[in-house]
Amino acid sequence: MNLADVAAALLFLGVVAYAILGGADFGSGVWDLLAGDARQGAHLRSQIDRSIGPVWEANHVWLVYVLVFLWTGFPTAFGAIMTTLFVPWLLAGLGIVLRGGAFAFRKFSSTLAEARLHGIVFAASSVVTPFFLGMIAGGIASGRVPADGTGDIWTSWTGPTSWVGGVLAVLTVSFLAATFLAADAQRGGRTELADDIGTKAFWSGLVTGAAALAAAVAIELDAETLADGLHGRGLVFVIGSAAAGLATLALLRRRQWAWARVTAVAAVGAIVVGWGVAQYPDLLVDELTIDDGAGARPTLVGLIVVFGAAAVTAVPALVWLFVLVNQDDWQRDDH
Amino acid sequence: MSSALIAADELVAARYQMALSLGFHIILSCFGVALPAMIYVLHRRGIRRDDEVALRLAKKWAKASAVLFAVGAVSGTILSFEMGLLWPGLMSTYGDVIGLAFAMEGIAFFIEAVFLGIYLYGWGRLSPKVHLRTLLPIMAAGVFGSFCILSVNAWMNAPSGFTLLPDGTVTDVDPIAAIFNDALWGQWIHMWVAAYAVTGFLTAAVYAVGMLRGRRDRAHRLGFTVPFAFAAVAALMQPFVGHLTGLRLREDQPSKLAAMELALETEDNAPLVIGGVLIDGEVRYGIEIPKIASLLAGNSFDAEITGLNDIPPDEQPPANVVHLAFQTMVGAGTAMAAIAVWWLWRLRRRRDAVFESPWFLRAAIAAGGLSVVALEAGWTTTEVGRQPWIVYGYMRVEDAVTTNSGIWISLVVMVAIYLSMAVIAVKVLTGMARRWRDDPDSDLPTPYGPGGELMTSFHAAASSGDRS
Repeated sequence: MNLADVAAALLFLGVVAYAILGGADFGSGVWDLLAGDARQGAHLRSQIDRSIGPVWEANHVWLVYVLVFLWTGFPTAFGAIMTTLFVPWLLAGLGIVLRGGAFAFRKFSSTLAEARLHGIVFAASSVVTPFFLGMIAGGIASGRVPADGTGDIWTSWTGPTSWVGGVLAVLTVSFLAATFLAADAQRGGRTELADDIGTKAFWSGLVTGAAALAAAVAIELDAETLADGLHGRGLVFVIGSAAAGLATLALLRRRQWAWARVTAVAAVGAIVVGWGVAQYPDLLVDELTIDDGAGARPTLVGLIVVFGAAAVTAVPALVWLFVLVNQDDWQRDDH
Repeated sequence: MSSALIAADELVAARYQMALSLGFHIILSCFGVALPAMIYVLHRRGIRRDDEVALRLAKKWAKASAVLFAVGAVSGTILSFEMGLLWPGLMSTYGDVIGLAFAMEGIAFFIEAVFLGIYLYGWGRLSPKVHLRTLLPIMAAGVFGSFCILSVNAWMNAPSGFTLLPDGTVTDVDPIAAIFNDALWGQWIHMWVAAYAVTGFLTAAVYAVGMLRGRRDRAHRLGFTVPFAFAAVAALMQPFVGHLTGLRLREDQPSKLAAMELALETEDNAPLVIGGVLIDGEVRYGIEIPKIASLLAGNSFDAEITGLNDIPPDEQPPANVVHLAFQTMVGAGTAMAAIAVWWLWRLRRRRDAVFESPWFLRAAIAAGGLSVVALEAGWTTTEVGRQPWIVYGYMRVEDAVTTNSGIWISLVVMVAIYLSMAVIAVKVLTGMARRWRDDPDSDLPTPYGPGGELMTSFHAAASSGDRS
């Protein structure tokens, strides 16, 4: 493993963290969309608000982390990705702006009608954003982003692997979010609500699993390099993800919400890591390797040092935040 | 239309979009940098002196900051997208030169987001002392984050830490030298002080409006005085800080200085032009004060100021825009400093004298508007003054812009979204203020659930024996 590999691994760590934490965040918005009218959905929406309120900003810093590590460590790849995948990035970006703004506006709206409008914007952009981010991942993973950024502005991100990526992203974040919300509801003493969300987690998990199987077929046909990697080096992660997914379903059946959250995180984390391992040593599949895309050596060293600094400052802070929000007191109503 | 014309069009659209995104975000980031300190003062006073009014203000401002910081966080995220979407040429070539400062800013962003989450939800859940202290990392992150971002912007004005080979490749990258470039300290401190002026004057203006409408209770007086004091100090410091910031221009960025001063000919004892527009190569409608430009830009009457005549035409910024923006900033800054002096003078007579003068309160409200005008004008000065360069002397904006077409479409979408965000944010914030006037704790009980009766049943369900 050389310096560029280390930087790429740290970059990918951000991708994994964003998939899990940002994912659970987006997924909560998906359930918000499906929660029904103001009366039916009130309990679920209150839970969503309570669960992601303190953590959503921190969860989305991971995306900035990924972008910054990409352009600092691998500048040409960043330029290529942003140029070729201009459209989905722009759409995902709009989704992020609308979502964050609407989430904050909803909480402090004066009237129900206003809150409902902001709520719809928040929830709809929670579906749109992970969908386009998934399409971006599919475009890169299927080798459609040339190193010089001259890929077609439309077809580079609309291949089969991109569609699979987009749909799977929305399903996965929904499943993940449901396990988070169920565990939080139980902590807050809302057993009935936890049961309801837990059931949603179970069924969305089943659908996600089935979609993943279908996705495997599409990837075999469309993304040869990725498929080879997933059979080879990445196989252990694919199997691990499947096992953790099945364990989650079993735990959900037994209403072990807190444990189901752990295995769901493992399932999602494993498959994302599997993707990264499968496309190693490529940064842009079939187009650019990590070594060839790496920026200046002193900067790579600097990035690793900055990561070390983050590990002793931001990470303990993050851990404290997550410890706090998982205390019973923080899952109950506002004081 | 020729393809060159189309390309120029796309460049203009990209520049407008970046200007819009930054011009929007810069106001919110001022609050991110300065508001936590003002909340800290009130919160601390609330706890230490058992001051219920101060504590309630801190709580309100924390809620307002939740809205402002949320919009700031997402508009900041969009900027990181736009670095690549609009300026891939810059990032592909210089990403590893300037990236480290962004990476460090990432840490600041994490710290800010984490502790803001803890602070906002910590009321009644953390011990008062610990809760108060969670503001400290937010304050530190604001200072450090602005340092990192200004470092990158300063680097665009004073590039360092690399060697550009004749074939266009960048080598000898020294990211530390890039961070500590020559323009860093001046720009950072200038922006940092500006953040306090903007946040303080705007926040104080809200309470000045209330007092003009007859609400002169203690909450209004305190809500005015704390932020106004911060802003007044900032406004009095800023002319000196700004002067020091500008001193490096004469030698390092002569084209920017020439445009700011509308200096046509290279000369010493250069006159200061107040007002004035450049029309057909002549300065019209301006008042010239002999020698003062040399004194201000070079600390001496003999200081030579490079004129536009010595700068190749294709390397000149649009002089009128830069000049007028610069003078607007200086004018607004001077007015703010004068208002700050007025405040001190009235304060000297009697503590409550400031609140009794409607004219002073009106001036204080004006200071809120002036602070934003100065902020945007100053930022326009430095950004437009750097044109046509994105990296001064090394890379022109047309070589950095994306090769994609259709930027006008994304610009139109962005304008619509930022406009509606701004309108909604103001509406939500004024709505909060109106509600709190009637009942300080009257937020909607649940995100879009009907209030009252439903929440009562919800509380009942939550507290009844169904906890397992």
